Amino acid sequence: MSAYRVAVRVMPRGELLDPQGQAVEHALHALGFAALRSAHVGKHLVLEVDAPTPEAAVDQARAMCERLLANPVTEDFTVAAEGA
Amino acid sequence: MTRVAVVVFPGSNCDADTRDAARAAGCDAYFVWHRDTGLAGADVVVLPGGFSYGDYLRAGAIARFSPVMAAVAAHARAGGAVLGICNGFQILCEAGLLPGALVRNLELRFLSRPVRVRVERTDTPFTTRYAAGEILELPVAHGDGRFVADSRTLAEIEAEGRVVWRYVDENPNGSTRAIAGICNAGRNVVGIMPHPERRVAADCGGNDGARLFLSMEAHHAMERLDGVRAADGGQRGL
Repeated sequence: MSAYRVAVRVMPRGELLDPQGQAVEHALHALGFAALRSAHVGKHLVLEVDAPTPEAAVDQARAMCERLLANPVTEDFTVAAEGA
Repeated sequence: MTRVAVVVFPGSNCDADTRDAARAAGCDAYFVWHRDTGLAGADVVVLPGGFSYGDYLRAGAIARFSPVMAAVAAHARAGGAVLGICNGFQILCEAGLLPGALVRNLELRFLSRPVRVRVERTDTPFTTRYAAGEILELPVAHGDGRFVADSRTLAEIEAEGRVVWRYVDENPNGSTRAIAGICNAGRNVVGIMPHPERRVAADCGGNDGARLFLSMEAHHAMERLDGVRAADGGQRGL
């Protein structure tokens, strides 16, 4: 059993309006970043999880997302172990 | 007397106003702490407004796991009346007792001002004392009040007449279909974003919210009467 760092990314669902992302997008365009196509704002969580393997740590983190960290109505998430 | 449990979470701030509004309507209203596991014989449960757990992660996301929420869910499943106001509405959505979610206001600003809503449905425990189509002025005070749901859920809510209040004149937070409040399929669980408890007397800016509390008192008086009739086989002719 060792501790693994798991990175969780929670993002607003693509089909939902993302006013935060739009505000950032407008601000960046106003600053002259013409190459910017779009911006989206979400959350990044770093979890330290005790698990026998990185895969098991990721599974735990996924369960945490389903239970609490992401709202399935409005958000999607991805989970990845950060180097064992 | 209708027993009304007002659940207090760490960060609730409309709990006392809500209890007092229920008392003014003739209810026996009292606080239940979020760590309690029972509701002390409540007929009606109200989750008040505020910022439970500082709105950390998402509004209502942590409060929904408070010990008392198992009792609230059991009460709701048994057909008991549950009302969520503002943060309480957010908690009910997070808990899955109401569909959809409440997300950041479209304009990204915290809104604290009166808005106008239309009463769409009078067939819930909280709206019987209103007339359908009536326009109320109630204050909003929220940063995350934009109601969203997937298109299938929205179609279902609309088809079943479960939009209880809708914003009129303007849509302050960009809610889908101007939804200000909804109920579940059983119509016993209701959520509202504006604050009826802040409009229960002329000297606090109006009393458009008072009849919500009178509705809950009357609803349960009627339920008890029905209970007596049923137990009596209808012989007493009450």
